[in-house]
Amino acid sequence: MKKINYIICLVLIAVFIISNLVIKMDLIIRFVNPMILSIILCLYRIFLGPSPADRAVATDILGLIVVGICGIITVFTKAAFFIDVAIAWALQSFIGNLALAKYLEGKKFDE
Amino acid sequence: MNEIIGLFFITIGIIADLIGCLGLVRFPDVYTRLQASTKCVTLGTCGIFFGVFFYYGFTIIGLKALLIIIFVFLTSPVSSHALAKAAYKSGVKMCQQSVCDEYRNYKERIK
Amino acid sequence: MKIRVYRKIFLICLVFLVWIILSGFEIYNVIFGIICSVILILLFGDINIQNEWTFKKPQRYLWFLYYIIIFLYEVIKANIDVAYRILSPNMPIKPGIVKVKTSIKSDAFLTILANSITLTPGTLSVDIDKENGYIYVHWIYVRDVDVEAVTKKIAHKFEKILMKITCK
Repeated sequence: MKKINYIICLVLIAVFIISNLVIKMDLIIRFVNPMILSIILCLYRIFLGPSPADRAVATDILGLIVVGICGIITVFTKAAFFIDVAIAWALQSFIGNLALAKYLEGKKFDE
Repeated sequence: MNEIIGLFFITIGIIADLIGCLGLVRFPDVYTRLQASTKCVTLGTCGIFFGVFFYYGFTIIGLKALLIIIFVFLTSPVSSHALAKAAYKSGVKMCQQSVCDEYRNYKERIK
Repeated sequence: MKIRVYRKIFLICLVFLVWIILSGFEIYNVIFGIICSVILILLFGDINIQNEWTFKKPQRYLWFLYYIIIFLYEVIKANIDVAYRILSPNMPIKPGIVKVKTSIKSDAFLTILANSITLTPGTLSVDIDKENGYIYVHWIYVRDVDVEAVTKKIAHKFEKILMKITCK
């Protein structure tokens, strides 16, 4: 059963990569598409994660991936302010994750 | 030439991000998910911004990209470390294949 | 006395550089940046000094460059290792938490060591026991449980260089 699941996932990813390379579209969309797929995988873990810690891990990773998307948009649209967005998002994501970890630990915030 | 090298680094970063998110879905418990996602997504985001730095050279945008690389390399391990400790303290069990747990003795001694 | 002044001038230049990168190179930005960085360093400049004479030795910066090269090599190796474990069909994992002994005392270098352990192949630092000098490490494929052997495999290559950076 596990083997069959593995093969199905492999075929789906191969179809995704080939269609991403073959279908005619702009270069920026080709570069952003895999990042959207990774955001969807993170959202899967956020919705179905068995414990709160799993959801916290997925949120951490989601923040870093959004920072990466801001970098890609900076390269292709030549809009310089997106890199400021990336800096602010990285700072805010780090602080938010530390607060989330403190909350999970079950302690008071002013320790 | 610089633009081609930059796009090459961005592609490597995107592939690393995608593999990290696949690990987030496939692995069995919180700690192994943290391992996979932290390593791959940190290198992926840093790869994307290294590509941005190559694309723009030593301008304001390129130097900001270097700042983001340093910041992500410094803070991403810290937040994963905080999440791992919080997950252990909130009582998440390790998965069934795990072999040894030296940390439990230390926690019992501290209480 | 003199070394403290040099150190403060160096820190002011560093903070001013970050300010210029973040806000652009115009005349009012430069003036306001100089004022802000001088005030910041005069207030908070000597908040985390343990041994101020090590600032002057040049060989520690060379060792730090060498450390960065070793570290980047290990990060790339770690990514290939983790990608192999994720993509292989039957997932060769055997996780567990082991103990690593360390002899570094200072806070900053303990942080650097723990961060490097997190980003190298198959390991993730969970907690630090500072009194006895142990780091608790989650290992994705446990090959050994004994403390000495584990230390030799995981932390020895970084600790050797970090001890040279601290100049003791």
